Amino acid sequence: MSAGNFNNTNASARSWFERLDRVDRRWIFLLMFLAVSGPILWIGVTGKTLPEAPTLAARAVFQEIDQLPARSLVLISFDYDPASAGELQPMATSLVRQCAAKNLRMVFIALWPLGSQVAQQTIQDVIRDDYPALKEGDDFVNMGYQAGNEAVMKLLLTDFAKAFPKDSRGEATSNIPILKDVKMASNFPLLISISAGYPGSKEWVQYVISAYNDKMNFVAGCTGVSAPQLYPYFPQQIAGLLGAIKGAAEYESMVNESLEVDGVATAPKYLQAQRRMGPQLVAHLLMVGLIIVGNVIFFARKRRGAA
Amino acid sequence: MKRIIPMWIAIIGGFAMMLSSFIPLAESAGEMFADVFNVVAAIAFVLGAGSLAKQHLEKLSRRDAGWGYSIITLGSFLITLFIGMLKIGIHPNPSFPQAAYSGSNDAEGSAWSWIYEYMITPLTSTMFALLAFFVASAAFRAFRAKNTEAILLLGTAFIVLLGRTFAGVVLTGWFPDWASGLRLENLSIYVMQVFNTAGNRAIMIGIALGVAATGLRILFGIDRSWLGGGDA
Repeated sequence: MSAGNFNNTNASARSWFERLDRVDRRWIFLLMFLAVSGPILWIGVTGKTLPEAPTLAARAVFQEIDQLPARSLVLISFDYDPASAGELQPMATSLVRQCAAKNLRMVFIALWPLGSQVAQQTIQDVIRDDYPALKEGDDFVNMGYQAGNEAVMKLLLTDFAKAFPKDSRGEATSNIPILKDVKMASNFPLLISISAGYPGSKEWVQYVISAYNDKMNFVAGCTGVSAPQLYPYFPQQIAGLLGAIKGAAEYESMVNESLEVDGVATAPKYLQAQRRMGPQLVAHLLMVGLIIVGNVIFFARKRRGAA
Repeated sequence: MKRIIPMWIAIIGGFAMMLSSFIPLAESAGEMFADVFNVVAAIAFVLGAGSLAKQHLEKLSRRDAGWGYSIITLGSFLITLFIGMLKIGIHPNPSFPQAAYSGSNDAEGSAWSWIYEYMITPLTSTMFALLAFFVASAAFRAFRAKNTEAILLLGTAFIVLLGRTFAGVVLTGWFPDWASGLRLENLSIYVMQVFNTAGNRAIMIGIALGVAATGLRILFGIDRSWLGGGDA
């Protein structure tokens, strides 16, 4: 190769790297759009999902609910709003479904202003649609939202009715049959928190579980961002943990398997987490690819003294 | 007075809450303060609403940049407040059929539930979904292996990104059993449960000590910075 040719190749490579380095970010947005929409369409058309191998943390959530005797009381706290529903709703749906199928009595509460509506939506989608025999007030109740964050948790330790004086329908707590024997949080053998931040699972551990670790078990579902902060509590304070959509998919596959009826296809609403693993796979691969390309450009420019 | 009264409220309330965890006799005092805190938290919503209205009305009157958005904010706020307070489209509670406003705002078919389902849910979900696009762009431009720490961070990111999807199984699922610990899905769990847990515990213990120290300083009236400025 002559010196002229080499210089030409070098210059063309440099311009290539420079062009890539200065690529309009809208091209990256387009790539991400294609990476996410492709699998969504494919899964929507074929109905196929990727196989899941449940991890210890997800298995523990399933077992904690599964081992409870029928009619046990479960306190479920919806500590998130619609912004995080994409990540948390599939696990909330599966958690409520497993509780309903096990004939557990569910008490829903919310420490986030819009959590009550999310709980109501879940009650509609799971309990009213698929478990119509369960009666509001006897088998489940939505206590709605209560302001005060940790103060509500502290109050729950001593007086449930003071923390939640009435349910979301306006019925006084003292008149609700399911809460007849409930005086305080420790009357619930299991607490489930589905949280997207503050207040959420971490505060439940600090204010309630630390006081009642021997009396009640605690399982949590959380967003990917908050999962690293909750892992230090697993498995001592948090008996089971569902981290982001991956944890939800693992748990969902276990619940579906346990409730499978021969010849009856699982309803799409109970496959939401597993369906979202497809777009997540391609999106993660794209991210890895982008990081690699970005670093190749970085080192190439550095080698040429441009970086 | 503006500083002394709030300081004493904080001191008495703080001690009552603290002692209620250790002394059964103080439990009722702690409960009372927790109850009061809930009432104060509810009042804070009114203050927050007032502050929001004041800020945007000022912006409007000064015709600051983006004042058009203030009209949308204030309009949405007032419409939602109006619908929520008047309980539009809500039937009375069956237990109290004579009381027109006894129904719940959560009731299906109400105007508030319509706002929730068709406005709040899609708007907030859209905002959250946009994150994926910006994270991808940031990963391309900023995630560089500039030094040892960055290389470690990159390696960890690859393990977790691939290990949390089926890609981990495809890439390393064929590893024999004796090397199963090196499979990406197991490595990602290892990273989360060992390195992450160790690091987070260290941070949490540090924060807890800091919170305890600051709490004691406030309880003993040494730290008064939380009271802000003003006359003593």
